[in-house]
Amino acid sequence: MAFSVDKIKEGKPLDGRIPEGPIEKKWDRRKNELKVVSPNNKRKYTILVVGTGLAGASASAALAELGYNVKTFCIQDSPRRAHSIAAQGGINAAKNYQNDNDSVFRLFYDTIKGGDFRAREGNVYRLAQLSVDIIDQAVAQGVPFAREYGGLLANRSFGGVLVSRTFYARGQTGQQLLLGAYGALMRQVDLGQVEIFPRREMLDLVVIDGKARGIVVRNLITGEIESYVGHAVILASGGYSNVYYLSTNAKNSNATAVWRAYKKGAYFANPSFTQIHPTAIPQSGHYQSKLTLMSESLRNDGRVWVPKKKGDKRPPNQIPEEERDYYLERKYPSFGNLVPRDVASRNAKFMCDAGYGVGEFGRAVYLDFSDAIKRRGIDYIRDKYGNLFEMYEKITGENPYEVPMKIYPAPHYTMGGLWVDYNLMSTIPGLFVLGEANFSDHGANRLGASALMQGLADGYFIIPYTIGDYLASTDLPNVTTEEKEFQESRNAIQEFVKRLLSVKGKKTVMELHIELGELMWDYVGMARNEKGLKLVLEKLPELKKEFWNNINVPGSDKNLNKALEFAGRLYDFIELGELMALDALHRNESCGGHFREEYQTPEGEALRDDEHFSYVAGWEYPGNDEDTPILHKEPLVFENVKPTQRSYK
Amino acid sequence: MSDKNMTLTLRIWRQKDANSKGGFETYTVTDISPDMSFLEMLDVLNDNLTKEGKEPVEFDNDCREGICGMCSLVINGIPHGDQHRTATCQLHMRHFHDGQTITIEPFRAKAFPVVKDLVVDRSAFDRIIAKGGYISVNTGSAQDANNIPISKEAADAAMDSAECIGCGACVAACPNASASLFVSAKISQYTFLPQGQPERYRRVLRMVEQMDAEGFGGCSNHGECEAVCPKGISIANIARMRREYVKASLR
Repeated sequence: MAFSVDKIKEGKPLDGRIPEGPIEKKWDRRKNELKVVSPNNKRKYTILVVGTGLAGASASAALAELGYNVKTFCIQDSPRRAHSIAAQGGINAAKNYQNDNDSVFRLFYDTIKGGDFRAREGNVYRLAQLSVDIIDQAVAQGVPFAREYGGLLANRSFGGVLVSRTFYARGQTGQQLLLGAYGALMRQVDLGQVEIFPRREMLDLVVIDGKARGIVVRNLITGEIESYVGHAVILASGGYSNVYYLSTNAKNSNATAVWRAYKKGAYFANPSFTQIHPTAIPQSGHYQSKLTLMSESLRNDGRVWVPKKKGDKRPPNQIPEEERDYYLERKYPSFGNLVPRDVASRNAKFMCDAGYGVGEFGRAVYLDFSDAIKRRGIDYIRDKYGNLFEMYEKITGENPYEVPMKIYPAPHYTMGGLWVDYNLMSTIPGLFVLGEANFSDHGANRLGASALMQGLADGYFIIPYTIGDYLASTDLPNVTTEEKEFQESRNAIQEFVKRLLSVKGKKTVMELHIELGELMWDYVGMARNEKGLKLVLEKLPELKKEFWNNINVPGSDKNLNKALEFAGRLYDFIELGELMALDALHRNESCGGHFREEYQTPEGEALRDDEHFSYVAGWEYPGNDEDTPILHKEPLVFENVKPTQRSYK
Repeated sequence: MSDKNMTLTLRIWRQKDANSKGGFETYTVTDISPDMSFLEMLDVLNDNLTKEGKEPVEFDNDCREGICGMCSLVINGIPHGDQHRTATCQLHMRHFHDGQTITIEPFRAKAFPVVKDLVVDRSAFDRIIAKGGYISVNTGSAQDANNIPISKEAADAAMDSAECIGCGACVAACPNASASLFVSAKISQYTFLPQGQPERYRRVLRMVEQMDAEGFGGCSNHGECEAVCPKGISIANIARMRREYVKASLR
């Protein structure tokens, strides 16, 4: 049965447990309140960490340094492969090294405004405060950030801001920060504080006496179902953009860990807040397996344009200057090409929908570097973006030093995620959620270079403080993997796996995932409307039925079987897709990346409704798959920034 | 478009698990677009195999944009194929021609046992990094980032080495299955930086010891590693590692 807005029951409001007092004192105040576990007692606790991206690796390392026993799980063959590695452009920090009047408050303000006033003030201010410590930590670890000749750190600009606060390591900032965190993690492995479990996929969260006490995973090599007990569980398993099938995420990125936690009682917040990144390489054919991002940093020097004439098929270099429409510079003179991602993406879509798109299918716009090359020289551009240009040429066969890049928006990041309080704890005591897997800091749209910042702030500097308070103030009796809750989880997983293998239908996992992706992109993508959302809420249960009637999962469950892994993830994606559509349908406003066509300004910008929707929507699993989930609202309070219509003009 | 599409013969290494004997199987794929990536071509093959009721070919991959280091494959005898500075996931079918036979094997080395088909176990790399591929600083004790000036040249040189993606192609290409390029890139990164100095000698001794213990061979200057490296990591790193090792050993 399909979910319906008419059947939404509203539950108790959510309390984010944000500390009282002035915003710049909130985190200090909370730290003073938090209980601390004594050094001798830390070794008595075991923490399970799922995921080894920036958030998971940094949390594992930081907790192990404090003396906790840490068990860390990842689905890849090595913790270093996590998808944080692919982040290109940079990491923000309010260092004000450029003397351009940056400050903690300005980073806070930019992030709140960039998120279209749908994030918590308290969390975002703390993030801005911690941003400076992250850079210090990364430099101490030997992360080779770009530098000026004088030996000091270099910065560049990103979308949605008017200062240069982004630190970077060529176009591989995520890689370098992740290798720093991975190094810190492997140091703790060497010291015996962390045990690594690669090629394990978390398939269930085990809750005993109302508290998160363990996980059940599948060993992806042997197929064995393994159980692990902990005193607390940390999920740092990333986002769910692969619900769209085509996204900039890695092929293994998935929502299974967070989705299974949702089904065990963790609320899912703002699932419809997804980010469609403006600058990805356009799709070239039906066989395509993923979309490749071109870093937002390119918009520092690249100019976005389309021909002024509809359907102009001339090659770009034959279109004279006066026949080009630099539409971002025209519409947003103060931010120009550096408007936030949601604005840039939406405008690219508008131009293409209106018939101005370029490329074979008319679904692309130009990103042109010829002016910057003329102004700064080709070496300057190569030094700054060389690897990105190389990547573009490998994929498209075109040389961007000579012809403009063709770009189009692509699903990239999910602001929604499991609901957490100020201490990053979910609605299940003892279950903490970090990084992209939680919903906390980016509101309805994330600014560029802020994902790395949040992942590392959560892992290095927040969870080491807050988890201690939970452990010190909670009675946690010894449990074993033989408890009935563990056994039930194992049985349910075994049954699910058996069922997947037994259907033996006619459609492959990839085929069904493409079907899901097309539905989600068409109806819950860059632009949404009531009719489409209602339609997709009818279509997704049909897809679930089709899944169980017609999926073809080859092979066995006793060894490495990627089709089996992907089948399970796909099923979770379909269910998550339903929740995304419900959330998008209930939110009768536009904000950030959530653009409801019915709610827009005359200029086509997102039109918020603060009176009715200034809240976080936390969805509770109703205990079965048929009933419409229960809505819990967390009101958003703005004491330091007044919500306004965002303007980048 | 479609007239450019290709029909290809694939000779692929199939192996049930680490303990079974493997061998080549031959498959045909049709209608392969030149704009497809190599892994997308294998996706097509796997979808076909699934529909024929056969087991798909297992191969490691993740980011598909050349940065995670998870993809591997030896393609016509060359790790990551014959395109310079290109990981398998970024290799596109426009570099092949209609009617071609392509041989696809796993990375082969004693220290990289086959897990299944084209998937190998590269955890030896993690164990080497655990012995010193980091700077031992605890979280929270760092000074302000700009208190240590580092020349642009040193930072750039460190970055050149730090770009290694840990894929293991260097090992697969080396006649001795040496891991010297991988290990030396990490050692070099920290040798260039002031932060790396306190552990400089301890690091090289421990990492090299672990590299030998994992069963990787020694380096005899063939240079195949640099030739296949998708990130173009320079063999000069190996010379630097040797100098560092000798210096450390004589202390």
